[in-house]
Amino acid sequence: MANTAVDAHSGHDDHGHPTGWRRYLFSTNHKDIGTMYLIFAVLAGLIGGAFSVLMRIELQNPGVDFLTTFTGGSLDGAYHLFNALVSAHAIIMIFFMVMPALIGGFGNWFVPIMIGAPDMAFPRMNNISFWLLPTSLILLLSSMFVEGDAGQTGFGGGWTMYAPLSTVGAPGPAIDLIILSMHWAGAASILGAINFITTIFNMRAPGMTLHKMPLFVWSVLVTAFLLLLSLPVLAGAITMLLTDRNFGTTFFDAAGGGDPILYQHLFWFFGHPEVYILILPGFGIVSHIISTFSRKPVFGYLGMAYAMVAIGGVGFVVWAHHMYTVGMDVDTRAYFMFATLVIAVPTGIKIFSWIATMWGGSITFPTPMLFAVGMIFLFTVGGVTGVVLANAGVDTSLHDTYYVVAHFHYTMSMGALFSIFAGFYYWIGKMSGRQYPETLGKIHFWLTFIGVNLIFFPQHFLGLAGMPRRYVDYPDVFAGWNYVSSIGAYVSYAGALVFLVICWKTLRSGAKVPENQWGEGATTLEWTLSSPPPFHQFEKLPRIK
Amino acid sequence: MAETLPKNWQLGFQEPVTVVMHAIDSLHNKLLILCFAIVIFVMFLLAYVVLKFRKSVNPVPSKTTHNTFIEIVWTLVPVLILVFIAIPSFKLLYLEDRAPPADLVIKATGHQWYWSYEYNDDSGIAFDSIMLNKDEAKAQNDHYLFATDTRIVVPVNKVVRVLVTASDVLHAWAMPAFGIKIDAVPGRLNETWFRAEKEGVYYGQCSELCGIRHAFMPIVVEVVSEEKYAAWLEKAKEQFASDRTAAKSQVAALSAE
Repeated sequence: MANTAVDAHSGHDDHGHPTGWRRYLFSTNHKDIGTMYLIFAVLAGLIGGAFSVLMRIELQNPGVDFLTTFTGGSLDGAYHLFNALVSAHAIIMIFFMVMPALIGGFGNWFVPIMIGAPDMAFPRMNNISFWLLPTSLILLLSSMFVEGDAGQTGFGGGWTMYAPLSTVGAPGPAIDLIILSMHWAGAASILGAINFITTIFNMRAPGMTLHKMPLFVWSVLVTAFLLLLSLPVLAGAITMLLTDRNFGTTFFDAAGGGDPILYQHLFWFFGHPEVYILILPGFGIVSHIISTFSRKPVFGYLGMAYAMVAIGGVGFVVWAHHMYTVGMDVDTRAYFMFATLVIAVPTGIKIFSWIATMWGGSITFPTPMLFAVGMIFLFTVGGVTGVVLANAGVDTSLHDTYYVVAHFHYTMSMGALFSIFAGFYYWIGKMSGRQYPETLGKIHFWLTFIGVNLIFFPQHFLGLAGMPRRYVDYPDVFAGWNYVSSIGAYVSYAGALVFLVICWKTLRSGAKVPENQWGEGATTLEWTLSSPPPFHQFEKLPRIK
Repeated sequence: MAETLPKNWQLGFQEPVTVVMHAIDSLHNKLLILCFAIVIFVMFLLAYVVLKFRKSVNPVPSKTTHNTFIEIVWTLVPVLILVFIAIPSFKLLYLEDRAPPADLVIKATGHQWYWSYEYNDDSGIAFDSIMLNKDEAKAQNDHYLFATDTRIVVPVNKVVRVLVTASDVLHAWAMPAFGIKIDAVPGRLNETWFRAEKEGVYYGQCSELCGIRHAFMPIVVEVVSEEKYAAWLEKAKEQFASDRTAAKSQVAALSAE
């Protein structure tokens, strides 16, 4: 390709970049890679969402009568399939939907642009970061077709992969494939994190000091540090799992002097920062959208930035609140309870600052703003149930019940997902150069809003009444709210299908979008570029006053 | 015999029957008021800005981006609320942990997928507790997915210490009406306690994912008067004291199914 570059130079922006499949497979362009991440996230999200619909169909009524259709009538097979779906749903949504969308997708697209950089610091590493992911997803999905638990295909031990169910409890190679898949995804994320940190620290345009950086860039910076510090611990934990399984070590086996609880400590040392990894970039996106459509700068910018730093920092010292019932010393639990409650303070700062940003504004409500305001409200609901669960004493009753499922879906499935959709509608005009259909966007919002609330609000009641999570079947007394919850799942998935229609209509027949479609409220650098931006932007670096 | 089951469309906790669950219930109710207050407050603020500061009502946006006073307020007020929450929370946590001297010690062992129990007194009572299938539950007029073939029987108003462990993978011994949930970990012996105030049959379910039949290893505790307990003890000694083989064959039958 090197010799064709000379001819292509006569073109305006494209320095003879490869075309066709080479443009994507060999891509070193942050925008192309971001686009691939977004498409990947949509596909993975549809798979993960379909898995949740299968689970809700099974749970719609007491009795196991749906999943047996996939297992030739075998009941044990259906029970196991349910567990495998639970596990795969979580792993797909976390590693292959939310993270690729927020960090890989929007992060890649807009971090370089917002800091006035031409591209990421390590464009080739960016390429491998992305291409490890499809491999990883294939490994994960293929695990569902080989033996896991004895006599069953797939691994049914949850995304947490607790030992000993993941060691002696699942003799088949399915879990080994998942471990490999996690290693791949983890390596991809670590490389991505290094790339973002280097880019943000070294490639800011002249005048763009850290304290002038847009909040989305701040959020990705904090997220990248969380990834860099927590993922190696996961890698260590699952490697120990692998050697316990295959090479006779006993890290997590009490019979050999190991400890199953050690695995949980290692896992959650990664796992808790991970949930902030999932939500922090969303915080960044929501800040931009609220500010844009209120036509006001973000209120309390420094407080917002350092609240994210604080959430990230405290997020590393609260992990054992996932383990209140393992039999920890009471003083340890008291510490973790206290540390966990502290997180409510920076989170409160964010919620109130968003509202203060709107206060006195001149607000319009196109689809991205609806999703952003919806996110603020629903995240608040998930936040207050978090305060309830942080209470080690009360958590004795709520641990491993549907209350927990409701809580983390309010923060993730509504906090993270709503910010992804908000970001999509906010930036799709910039990314594709085409405007999304507004009415369909609003239909999508309301279907999703009503759907997710129908799914998850009743699950608080189920949890309080004592229904344990990860149950394929339940006594008749839990039937009512489970039915409502299943209806909600269908409504939400209908919303996801509307979203697909919107993508198609936008790309096919959306109106052309000018440089700054949102007006004076949109002040970050991406709105100074054409829509879509040139293949390489900022050949002359912008100067920030 | 009185049963305490959750009800369909239930909104809150099951009826508490131990001092611990009363305490959990009461703290949860207080937290719930706080949750509602916060959510309604945020909802009110959002509704206010949405109505009051929409473009049609307020065409010219203000330029305010800082207000040190209000930022300090919304940092300090949550801190105070949290301190206010923390005090009763610590109390509850230590209440749950401090077991009074036990009148009776029962060891619960989780297996894939049933519980086995041993009475740690001179009686030598030990038995497996296996879920009844649909027909058996119907025949005994019991609740499918809650009912087991044998039950733990304990005297009312006595402190029962439960030692919990597992033989294969993680399980968790849970009894919602008692406010108990403790993981069963192979190689570890965890401890919890209860003193049931009311006679009745109480149901719980395994609460840590343990494989294929995780949803099918319920826990049943029957709380009876002391006289009934004494009578049961006599009968149980005969039936269970050295009756491990019968239970084992039952398990074999289950897995051969």
